[in-house]
Amino acid sequence: MSQVPLSWFLVLSALLFALGVAGFLFRRNIITVFMSIELMLNAVNLSFVTFAYQHKDVSGHLFVFFVMVVAAAEAAVGLAIILTVFKNRGTLNIDDISSMKN
Amino acid sequence: MLLWLIPLFPLAGFAINGIFGRRFPKASINAVAIGSVLLSFLWVLKTLAGAGPLNAPLTEHYFTWIQSGTLSIGFDMTIDRLTAVMLLVVTGIGSLIHIYSIGYMAHEGGYYRFFAYMNLFMFFMLTLVLAANYLLLFVGWEGVGLCSYLLIGFYFDKKFATDAGNKAFIVNRIGDFGFSLAAFLIFKQFGSLDFAAVSGQAAGAPTGALTAIGLLLLLGACGKSAQIPLYVWLPDAMAGPTPVSALIHAATMVTAGVYMTARSWPIYVHAPQAMEMIAIIGTATAFFAATIGLAQNDIKKVFAYSTVSQLGYMFMGVGCGAFSAGIYHLMTHAFFKALLFLGSGAVIHALSGEQDLRHMGGLRHKIPWTFWTMMCAAVAIAGVPPFAGFWSKDAILLAAHAHAPWMYWAGTVTAGLTAFYVFRAMFLAFFGQYRGHHHPHESPAVMLAPLAALAALSLAGGWLFQVPQFLSAFFPAHEVPEDASLMAISTAAGLIGIALAYLMYVAKPALADSFAGSVKGLYWLVYNKYFVDEIYDAAVVTPVIDGSRAVLWKGVDAGLVDGAVNGVGARCRNVGSVLRLWQSGNIRSYATWVLVGGVLMIVAIGLAGGAR
Repeated sequence: MSQVPLSWFLVLSALLFALGVAGFLFRRNIITVFMSIELMLNAVNLSFVTFAYQHKDVSGHLFVFFVMVVAAAEAAVGLAIILTVFKNRGTLNIDDISSMKN
Repeated sequence: MLLWLIPLFPLAGFAINGIFGRRFPKASINAVAIGSVLLSFLWVLKTLAGAGPLNAPLTEHYFTWIQSGTLSIGFDMTIDRLTAVMLLVVTGIGSLIHIYSIGYMAHEGGYYRFFAYMNLFMFFMLTLVLAANYLLLFVGWEGVGLCSYLLIGFYFDKKFATDAGNKAFIVNRIGDFGFSLAAFLIFKQFGSLDFAAVSGQAAGAPTGALTAIGLLLLLGACGKSAQIPLYVWLPDAMAGPTPVSALIHAATMVTAGVYMTARSWPIYVHAPQAMEMIAIIGTATAFFAATIGLAQNDIKKVFAYSTVSQLGYMFMGVGCGAFSAGIYHLMTHAFFKALLFLGSGAVIHALSGEQDLRHMGGLRHKIPWTFWTMMCAAVAIAGVPPFAGFWSKDAILLAAHAHAPWMYWAGTVTAGLTAFYVFRAMFLAFFGQYRGHHHPHESPAVMLAPLAALAALSLAGGWLFQVPQFLSAFFPAHEVPEDASLMAISTAAGLIGIALAYLMYVAKPALADSFAGSVKGLYWLVYNKYFVDEIYDAAVVTPVIDGSRAVLWKGVDAGLVDGAVNGVGARCRNVGSVLRLWQSGNIRSYATWVLVGGVLMIVAIGLAGGAR
């Protein structure tokens, strides 16, 4: 069976990353921004796995697990923050939450 | 021999009175201040009694003060015959004036401050006299200048007093500049600042270097001893209390320049041009200051110009090679001029602060003790034989005649002028009708006793203490033939001066005014002191102040220094205000920059050939 070429994985990873960046930069809703960050993390994960497969090296997989653990922790803390912010402010628009500025 | 104890006593007195004096009763302040100076005097006597004939200097080395490379300066004190004379004059006259001050300062504020400064002055003066090298001498030299400044400005709530103090200090800076340059040159030439080393090597040194050193030392001496062109501070220094005028500005400090030039004789004898300069400056100052003294109405100003003039005599003697005659006159002058100042202090005290001769008169019956003691000083300074001034002035004039006859004649005319102005002051103050408003009262015994002691010294001191014989071995041999006719001429000049003063101020008082009227222009010029202060103001003081204000303050300080500092601050703020815009606090703008940065790095890496 013909293998999927390596570059396809990397292109997909780059596309996902770019989507994440775009979402991070252009969306106003905090949850969307948050999901965009997850998307970028997973895009990186994909390239890690790709290279690990390519080089037959397990350390790529290892990093993926680390990233997933961190992302899970981040999701827990981040969602808790988002909930609290929404309770206090009644908004999820990222531009309105700028009380730290000045 | 414990020479260091001599200056230490007054220093201890200064410390005790300076720190605790505010809480002391006057009796304790007196005990500390006068006791310390008297102890110092007694220690001088004991030291001299135990020192033998002092044919060679006795030096004591206490510790090495400065050690750097080939420069090694010890904290050394030395005693030789010249030092012995100076020590006796300083501590002896100093003790008398301290005692007198008890009475004079009794009603003044800042009593403890006065005596603390006086003791500090004694400390520095004794350090100056005892020093065995030029640097330690310079310490004393600057120290007495400081005390002079502090005591001239003693009445610091009066502007003229603080101005006079500043003037004295600043004019002395010019002289000290010369002194320090001379010290550098001495070190460069001789590799040492010790008097002994200098006197040992001076014979082999090039004349040019010695002349430069001699002239620079002379500049220092001109500042301290109030010679042309730096004499202007001394008349103003009379703003201080009268005992200060007597001790510092007549008897001791102002003679430090004469002492220093005499001490530097090994340099001067090999630098005849520098020596000629001393003689010329001395002669010119003696004559010039005496003429100003003729027309002053403030009794202390008369004696101040007289001091300048007499210091000129001393320099004339030193410059003519008669070092011992200069020191002789230094001593006799200390006797009679201290007495004249203390006496005028007693007059001022008697008249509750009146200093103007025109408001005195007829005082000889009201304050007879003061009158008779001052008369002793007056005949001494006028050169009437056989009193103190006659001996020393005669020695100087003989040396001047042997050196250059015109100096003798200038000195003789000055002697006549001196006799005239001193007796003019005496007659105006003590003869005729009383013209003042206060009720004169005789001074207390504590003031009269020092006057009496000084009167005895003024009468007999010249004959009693034959300084030239005592110092003949110390200085290079300087034989001058005795000449009775020269002696007679200079004495006659003094007597003519006295007679003229009697004629114009006692016998025919109208004569003085008509004479002043007949030479109106000259009188006006002399009365205004030849406008030297005004000329200095216009030529030096104003340009310096304006230059400081316009160039140094407005230009360099406000423009350059402040400009640089403020400019750095302002540029930082400008740059910061641009950089601040990046710190928007907006997360997405930061993210954008991160993205841009990342992309740029990837592009850069790609252009560089990629990571391998």
